[in-house]
Amino acid sequence: MKIDAKGMHYRELNERIHDAVLKGIEEIDIVNVLGQRYIGTGIGQKITINIYGTPGSDLGAFMDGPRINVYGSCQDVIGNTMNDGEIVIHKDAGNVLGLSMRAGKVFIKGSVGYRTGIHMKAYKDKCPVIVIGGKAGDFLGEYMAGGRLVVLGIFGRKKDPVAGRFIATGMHGGTIYIRGNINRSHVANEVCIEEICEEDLPILRKDIEEFCKHFEISDVDSILSGPFIKLVPKSLRPYSKMYAY
Amino acid sequence: MFQSPSLKDISGCAIASILNTKGKGIKGDVITSAISVMRERSNGLGGGFAAYGIYPEFKDYYAFHIMFVDESIKESVEAYLQEKMVLVKSEAIPTRKKMSFLNTPLLWRYFLEVPKSKLTSPITEEDYVVSIVMKINKRFNGAFVFSSGKNMGVFKGLGYPEDISRFYRLEEYEGYLWTAHGRFPTNTPGWWGGAHPFALLDWSVVHNGEISSYGTNKRYVETFGYECSLLTDTEVIVYLLDLLIRRHGLPIDIALNALAPPFWAEIDSMDKNMKEALSALRMVYASALLNGPFSIIIANSHMMIGLTDRIMLRPLVAAKKDDFYYMASEEAAIREICIEPDTVWSPKGGEPIVVRMEVRT
Repeated sequence: MKIDAKGMHYRELNERIHDAVLKGIEEIDIVNVLGQRYIGTGIGQKITINIYGTPGSDLGAFMDGPRINVYGSCQDVIGNTMNDGEIVIHKDAGNVLGLSMRAGKVFIKGSVGYRTGIHMKAYKDKCPVIVIGGKAGDFLGEYMAGGRLVVLGIFGRKKDPVAGRFIATGMHGGTIYIRGNINRSHVANEVCIEEICEEDLPILRKDIEEFCKHFEISDVDSILSGPFIKLVPKSLRPYSKMYAY
Repeated sequence: MFQSPSLKDISGCAIASILNTKGKGIKGDVITSAISVMRERSNGLGGGFAAYGIYPEFKDYYAFHIMFVDESIKESVEAYLQEKMVLVKSEAIPTRKKMSFLNTPLLWRYFLEVPKSKLTSPITEEDYVVSIVMKINKRFNGAFVFSSGKNMGVFKGLGYPEDISRFYRLEEYEGYLWTAHGRFPTNTPGWWGGAHPFALLDWSVVHNGEISSYGTNKRYVETFGYECSLLTDTEVIVYLLDLLIRRHGLPIDIALNALAPPFWAEIDSMDKNMKEALSALRMVYASALLNGPFSIIIANSHMMIGLTDRIMLRPLVAAKKDDFYYMASEEAAIREICIEPDTVWSPKGGEPIVVRMEVRT
């Protein structure tokens, strides 16, 4: 099924998507998308949505199953509180990507803005994953409570650092893998900077293989050869004594 | 005069701009298309545009766009202008009369010259014009100057930006630089004078966010004779720019650094000269620091500047295509008027994007 979204209000577009899902349609192509918000919001079925253009903010918010392919760049708050499914972005993404994300995966070929993975969380077998091919802006993994952030630094502007300032501020759960050099003074005090070990390699290999498959990149091994560092919180309750004295 | 929203709807303002560095004319409907893509970001309580290069036949005169709540206040302001300036031309700003908005004021424009006889050293022509604008806004109850620069003008009102554009017939104007704003008032009333852009001389500012340091900034500019009378925090940014750049003579980059300086921890890690310079700047201009979430687009006759707060609490995207530059709250707004830009990027928090004209204007 194909929807031409040119000039269409986001309410109408989302109603048409939801109608299609109710009719049992499994794949929807949406062309001429320009700024329409909330695409894929709240859908529980495992359908595929292919977006051509620049979707608006809150793409895939509260999503619980679909796969969204975006052939363009994304704006802000992608995957807001997403519960399951996959978002594959072929260019860049904006700020606050993966806000409070609970599970599912987001792959971005290019770079992302500020506050990626803010307060994402894991529970039992639910583990959200965000893999970034380019660079990440400031506050990567801010207040991160669980899940996995992988920044590969392959693409993006040469002059930008692989991750910006205030890395992992308030992090108290989950893992961040960063490929390349970071300015260690920008990493929050409540976080350990570690070398990766044997146990990390299969996890990273799986994420990188999936990333490469989505974007038709062949050199998995050379990407995996790193160098990687790993950020984990020193404590699961870094502020437990903050108001105690 | 004021109207508050009847129900609270959570959103944020929208800003957008376009500049042609070679001075080529751009019609008003282009920027209108861009800002209308972000309709969800505003709520109909303010929309506006600043346009540069629109009055070539009167480019040597100060163009005052003024709103009046009634005829009598218009008469007294006109008498005041006759006394203080040389009035070259005055006319109602053309509008679509059939469009209706709440509390539509009388909207007039005046092309004015400063009589040389009125200038006594060290008062400059610009100082004189600023004092006239301050006087009208503060002392004439129900008259507000929307803009006071040469070869530019601000068109704004209480509505969605695309409706305000149609109201003012902006498709009939051609300028090389446009900025636009869709308002979602949070802390201050939605009214005609409170719509963006805010302007003084040829400076104009559109703003998404709020200035938490407004009280400090306002008291600071008041000590230099600026009076905040438009009931909105953004107004103070314009006066800070005029103070730091025109009156104190700071280069643009340094002035912007005073508004959004690096953190002390970053200054501490710089080399000795930079550390001393930036420490001095932060101390001297402590009261000019803009705190709180903001993304702003600043314009004057020669340039377009984008700036966000230091931790990027509001979005800003920029793009370039040949000799056109674009900035907006959302990339979709830029792609509406430029399908395939050469480059699209987002600045770092507090890192200004300054795009200068290649030709003299």
